Amino acid sequence: MTTGHDTAAAPPAKEGGAAPARPSAGAPVSDQERRRRARLSRRWQRDMRWSPYAFVSPFFLLFLAFGLFPLVYTGWASLHQVELTAPTDMNWVGLRNYTRIFDDDFFWNAARNTLTIGVISTVPQLLMALGLAHILNYKLRASTFYRVVMLAPYATSIAAASLVFVLLFGRDYGMINWALGAVGIDNIDWQNDKWPSQIAVSTIVIWRWTGYNALIYLAAMQAIPQDLYESAALDGANRWQQFLHVTLPSLRPTILFTVVVSTIGASQVFGEPLLFDANKGASGGSQHQFQTLGLYLYEQGWVNQHLGRASAIAWTMFLILIVIGIVNYVISRRLRASS
Amino acid sequence: MTTTLTPVDREAEAPKGRVRGPKAARAGGTLHAGPVAYAILALFTIGSLFPLVWTAIAASRDNQRLAETPPPFWFGSNLMDNLEIAWQDANLGEAFLNTTIVAGISAVTIVVLSTIAGFAFAKLRFRGRNALMLIVIGTMMVPPQLSVIPLYMMVAELDWTDQLQAVILPSIVSAFGVFFMRQYLLQALPDELIEAARVDGASSWRVVWHIVFPAARPAMAVLGMLMFVQTWNDFLWPFLVLTQTGNPTVQVAVAGLGRGYTPDQSLIMAGALLGTLPLLLVFAIFGKQIVGGIMQGAVKG
Repeated sequence: MTTGHDTAAAPPAKEGGAAPARPSAGAPVSDQERRRRARLSRRWQRDMRWSPYAFVSPFFLLFLAFGLFPLVYTGWASLHQVELTAPTDMNWVGLRNYTRIFDDDFFWNAARNTLTIGVISTVPQLLMALGLAHILNYKLRASTFYRVVMLAPYATSIAAASLVFVLLFGRDYGMINWALGAVGIDNIDWQNDKWPSQIAVSTIVIWRWTGYNALIYLAAMQAIPQDLYESAALDGANRWQQFLHVTLPSLRPTILFTVVVSTIGASQVFGEPLLFDANKGASGGSQHQFQTLGLYLYEQGWVNQHLGRASAIAWTMFLILIVIGIVNYVISRRLRASS
Repeated sequence: MTTTLTPVDREAEAPKGRVRGPKAARAGGTLHAGPVAYAILALFTIGSLFPLVWTAIAASRDNQRLAETPPPFWFGSNLMDNLEIAWQDANLGEAFLNTTIVAGISAVTIVVLSTIAGFAFAKLRFRGRNALMLIVIGTMMVPPQLSVIPLYMMVAELDWTDQLQAVILPSIVSAFGVFFMRQYLLQALPDELIEAARVDGASSWRVVWHIVFPAARPAMAVLGMLMFVQTWNDFLWPFLVLTQTGNPTVQVAVAGLGRGYTPDQSLIMAGALLGTLPLLLVFAIFGKQIVGGIMQGAVKG
């Protein structure tokens, strides 16, 4: 600790350290020594200057190759007619891919489904995660056990989870309809009716991600300084008021972060509806009742083999996300300004 | 550590102690959870585990029993048979090998690249550092589905369809990894240690090898496990570039079990169970560290 101050100044001192050697002898040895030190010092400076870039460049090179370039290229491909069978033959068609998908009822259907599935999976998921994190923040017996157990769904793959929920949501023999029947509710056709199927798909998403989000909230809650609660308690705030006026405001950046991440996740939902379909097709059920934009993109690109149109869908999704991001940003600024 | 505290030191020390405090004393004093809290936790525990347990129950039954009411609540006797058939039907042996290779290479590469980049962002001063870090955080917001089409075209052009490198390459870079290691090294690596090595004339690479890697080891292990889990469970991209007959990963193979005219549900569940089991084992063993890692990556978002 105490040596920290000396060492911070050490490198320049070392450079200068070569100087006293000269007047004392002036011999060729010292001259050589001086050049050696100068060379070392130059190398040292070069190292200091450039190695940070060497350290971060692998990430950025790979990101350019597998992140940015594909993103831009998708935009370029969306202005062309490209078929899956010959992906290198590109015919310029301008905005026709966009006008075509906007005229397509299935696109708007998929967009609506993505929105509704996104809302009914994200909102309950984050609210439950918040409540769960609050409980986990109490003094608990076996607290690690609950955290690990809640994360188990996160370790389960989309494929395995979706296949299990298909069976649990079965119309005739599924566990969920059986349980509902026990309390007098008739069988629900979870796969073929619009709202039930969307709720079922959302359930898979909620099941996999609630525990993960709860842990993120819990981490943020544990970083809230204790004395904020103490002073709130002195002012006569009860537990609920403390949660409302201390916990929630402190969590605002974390909540915003999870909302953004979940929104991106919700716009991408693909594996769950694909595998929830009884026919394992890309249409999202016989009536397209749970076809998401992700599935629609896959259907256009890989089933109908129109990669250009699929690119247009991808870029439309991207633009929608940017708009959502901007709205989020504006709302968070407003919230900050008002508090 | 320090015997003589200057006023500055004391001030720096004070908030630290306050933030750390005993975990139990959070949320307004030393509040113990009441019966209601335990009841809710029990409910969530059941909700989290039930689908997994039921996968095993269904995998231990035969197909007819699954098509009856009420559904089975307890294990049958067909587990080993079903596991064996599913293992062969879905070619799971090869799939496991493939997935282990893919997830292993991805995780190791991500961890190494993230550690050195995270070290540069946390501890080195260079022009453009803040702007570049903003780009890293920004890339966490770009949805992967957007790049799927050109990546597919690249893979098709290179004739890499059904090849493992097609799955590995796009997954060896992780913005989250860089962010995670930066957060860790900011706290865990004292500046004095780097400075001392510098004084001894160590080059940047020697500092990375002899100081950063040893200091970052716990975080590297956690990040490695997180990335392994993520790559193991990845579905969309492997599904697009691999066929079930070529070089499937576990997820592609398991998804393929559901196809066919009259799929045998107990076999599907056996396959799903096999695909999930290795990761659940990892979680059972390293769960505490993984939880800690996720929570660590979450602070200061």
